[in-house]
Amino acid sequence: MIKFQNVTKTYNFHTTVLDNVSFTIKKGEFVSIVGKSGAGKTTLIKLLLGIEKPTSGEIFFDNNNVGEMTSGQLQKLRRRIGVAYQDYKLLPKKTVYENISYVMAVKGKSDQEIEKEVTQILDITGLLGKEENFPEELSGGEQQRLAVARAIACQPEVIVADEPTGNLDPYNSYEIIYILQKLNKMGKTIILASHDKDITNKLGKRVITLEDGAVIRDEEKGRFMI
Amino acid sequence: MFTSFKRVVKFAWSDFIRHSGNNFAAIFVLAVPILLATSLFIFQGLSQFVVSQIQSKIDITAYFNPDTKEQDILNVKDQIMKLSPHIKQVEYVSSDQAMKEFNDRHKDNPDFIAAEEEVGTNPFLPSLNIVTDQAYQYKNISDFLQSDGFSSIINKVDYSQKKDTIEKFYSITANINKSGYVLSIVLFVIALIVVLNTLKLSIEGSKDEITSMKLVGASNWFIRGPFIVQGAICGLVAFLVCFVASGAVFYFLAPSLEIIVPGFNVFNYFLSNFEFVLLIQVGFGVGLGALASFILVRSYLKV
Repeated sequence: MIKFQNVTKTYNFHTTVLDNVSFTIKKGEFVSIVGKSGAGKTTLIKLLLGIEKPTSGEIFFDNNNVGEMTSGQLQKLRRRIGVAYQDYKLLPKKTVYENISYVMAVKGKSDQEIEKEVTQILDITGLLGKEENFPEELSGGEQQRLAVARAIACQPEVIVADEPTGNLDPYNSYEIIYILQKLNKMGKTIILASHDKDITNKLGKRVITLEDGAVIRDEEKGRFMI
Repeated sequence: MFTSFKRVVKFAWSDFIRHSGNNFAAIFVLAVPILLATSLFIFQGLSQFVVSQIQSKIDITAYFNPDTKEQDILNVKDQIMKLSPHIKQVEYVSSDQAMKEFNDRHKDNPDFIAAEEEVGTNPFLPSLNIVTDQAYQYKNISDFLQSDGFSSIINKVDYSQKKDTIEKFYSITANINKSGYVLSIVLFVIALIVVLNTLKLSIEGSKDEITSMKLVGASNWFIRGPFIVQGAICGLVAFLVCFVASGAVFYFLAPSLEIIVPGFNVFNYFLSNFEFVLLIQVGFGVGLGALASFILVRSYLKV
């Protein structure tokens, strides 16, 4: 489903963030991409979403080259990939309800569908009762859950979580991971970018380890080892 | 399509209501070009009125020999009328009528009456009084009347005496019009820059939000739409405020202005050009608000 083929990303001609990275992710997989801060995890996600273009190499999503996609094709791609960003990237001027419903509206869902599904998502992510709050009125954990809620709102085929537990206490961290596991069981492909050793080890899923921009390990039932 | 449009309007309206502080500033700034455009329109009306008043007092007169038949003079009048559509009026004044007008004008002045009695006969020549709305027409008419065909009946055309005054007046009028256009363009550009910069501050606060919208796959129009509609709503509110305010100002200003420019009632002018004023104010308010938002959001869509 997703294929990184000899991808290199260099900034300012001399700072190499990703170095000849190659891997494939199959549909329905749960993959953790681990590495220290600055290892290139976030850049990998940016390249997958077409936010940035690789310096060399190619990224394929369903056999379509992301680097060659037009603006319209990128729009469609981004509707198929739900992303929970490390810095949340919530819509600060919209309520919790509107943050989630916005993504559904983008996908063209009807008002009835939106109303029904937003309630379900709020329930799954434990945000029921917070519908009318604005993001700034939520705690860190709630904002993180809202980011996840938004990522899963339009029922994407792939859910990417970039350091979703980075700012959370252990209780909230495991809640987020539990949600991701649940979604994976429902058939969604999950990509978890993390530097949390405990969580990665407890998952017992495939782990791709990045170090200085290069893939140093790719194991089916891997562990966080750096 | 309709659902998307409905959502765009809904987003715009809720943003408009929620961010009244920013919108108040936007409305205030949009009111400036609206009032500016309205003032320029009224000023143009006023200057046109003054110009037409002065213009109606500028004419040239062709004096005919005393023995010229009235029918010949009326024939010349018809030929002049056919010269150009810019000839607004050609009035025949007979010798008797000229004398009567002279007597009426100077009936209280015994010196003039005595001078007239001294002469004994009617000294006034029959004439054609010609008014046009374009300066260069006077020269054409003068040349036409002084051509060989009329030399036997026309005694004199007073164009050469009035030439300098006529040309000076029309040159001033042309300069006023030209300055008006230049001033309008300069003020419009300044207004646009002020509006763009003020709205930029407001939209810049939404930069991250626009990026987030792009990242969830929203189309450019779905992102840009609410900002454009919100700009248009601000413009609409600015228009309503300006329309009421300018109407009130012109109502109270009218009597004072009429003392300075007799015959020009600014409030009546405002009412008689109601549709045009409405068009200018809505155009400047809604148009400028929407255009500014369109331009500003565009720069944040490159994600």
